[in-house]
Amino acid sequence: MEFFLEVLIGGLLAGVMYALVAIGFVLIYKASGVFNFAQGAMVLFSALTFVSLLERGVPFWLAFVISLAAMVLLALAVERVVLRPLVNRSPITLFMATLGLSYVIEGGAQALWGAQVHGLELGISDEPLELGGMLLSQFDIFAAVTAALLVLALSLLFNKTRIGLSLRAVADDPLAALAMGIRLQRVWVLVWAVAGFVGLVAGLLWGARLGVQFSLSLVVLKALPVLIIGGFTSISGAIVGGLIVGASEKLAEVYLGPVIGGGIENWFPYVLALLFLLVRPAGLFGDRAIERV
Amino acid sequence: MAQTQATKVEHLLELENIGLSFKGVKAVTDISFAVAAGEICALIGPNGAGKSSLLNVINGVYQAQQGRIRFAGEGRRRMSPHDAAVRGIARTFQNIALFKGMSVLDNVLTGRTLKRRSSWIEQALRIGRAAGEDDRQREAAERIIDFLHIQPWRDTLVGKLPYGLQKRVELARALAAEPRLLLLDEPMAGMNAEEKQQMSRFIVDINRELGTTVVLIEHDIGVVMGICDHVVVLDYGRKIGDGPPEEVRQNPEVIAAYLGTRH
Repeated sequence: MEFFLEVLIGGLLAGVMYALVAIGFVLIYKASGVFNFAQGAMVLFSALTFVSLLERGVPFWLAFVISLAAMVLLALAVERVVLRPLVNRSPITLFMATLGLSYVIEGGAQALWGAQVHGLELGISDEPLELGGMLLSQFDIFAAVTAALLVLALSLLFNKTRIGLSLRAVADDPLAALAMGIRLQRVWVLVWAVAGFVGLVAGLLWGARLGVQFSLSLVVLKALPVLIIGGFTSISGAIVGGLIVGASEKLAEVYLGPVIGGGIENWFPYVLALLFLLVRPAGLFGDRAIERV
Repeated sequence: MAQTQATKVEHLLELENIGLSFKGVKAVTDISFAVAAGEICALIGPNGAGKSSLLNVINGVYQAQQGRIRFAGEGRRRMSPHDAAVRGIARTFQNIALFKGMSVLDNVLTGRTLKRRSSWIEQALRIGRAAGEDDRQREAAERIIDFLHIQPWRDTLVGKLPYGLQKRVELARALAAEPRLLLLDEPMAGMNAEEKQQMSRFIVDINRELGTTVVLIEHDIGVVMGICDHVVVLDYGRKIGDGPPEEVRQNPEVIAAYLGTRH
């Protein structure tokens, strides 16, 4: 039983890391109905900027602020160069644009900072901590607390302010939102900047774990099942989806692994997502499409 | 009614020689007319006459290449939709442009975006100016919902409502901004006689009770003649008639445009 709990909690904590990446997608999806393929590239770009500054002797917090500023600049550039010219186009057009954008950002990041692998030390040891007889990763707990704070701040911003309402309005009908006096460009820049901030936090935590390198942009692939399970439009969905993916893949690895062969951790979330698609296509917390027939 | 007054009429909106073309295709050419404060003005004309384009010029969605617009005494060459909204121009759309995933109440609340004064930090923490503001916004939204008799559906997602009601919700959202000028693009399109009558009554109520100036596009001539003080007729992007309904109805050019004969 204790072993089960240890695996479960370890899985849940790992799931928080997936959720962090997924939240970045949710933000942009909520504001433009677009799956932002470039989110992974943004994670890589921000982490690479941060670690490169750190290696050049810039103090930790200054490096963090500069990386954040870089993400805001990126958001401004994306709005000006990609979103504004493509306003009112179909979501698939915008999706293709973000696909291209991801290559530009990845290429730009590596042209700027080089392609070698960087180690990142956040000052939190990854030694297991004993809590009530269970061994838990100190780093995972730190990540979970960070994620919780982030989600709290985001939900205040999007549920309690008019920005939240504007965001949904812009996603539903940009033209009508415009006529309402909502400043489309500002909302877009804000959302992309916040998604960049979330990407930075995710990039630092993932980077500390895996090393800051090109493959960091592939964490996107882990966010996909999270989004399908939780729903593309809900931040709480991203959290719950992340927890489900994290817990189930670890439990499956430990308990199903010996039966059907190891290494199922890598594909199990996708099977789970597939099942969700069959039963609940909008995810647990996603907005269901309304159709009048 | 405005035309009959002896004193000089106060114009809320004046269009001077407006010209708009899309890559060489002329949508409207050299259009001038004025809308008096407090009147209901109709823009009529056959399909493709440039009515919606003109409405889009007035609220800044399109920028006219020629001419000027004066609104509330202030002349502008170009204006963004945000400027238009700030200065008190609200509108509805020909194809309903509601936020379908939101409730009726939330849709109406988006109309009040510009009426909020508190910053987002205050709103997030519910301090300072934000403290009582939520309730006030809510009250204002509820008043409009009452005014247009859509209380029973206030918490319903608008995507689930029937067409006629959606049109009314869109009107409520525009009204929530407390506009000085309300632009209605075919508010009665696709409605049956009873719904049209109801909508006409709401438009007249808005005009009389709230003092809102209205510019509307409508194809139903009966409705136009019934509720409007002033009619502007467009055909092929040009103005062919302008005046009180009785006068416009006698205009041979207007009759020709509507019957499809040419002199």
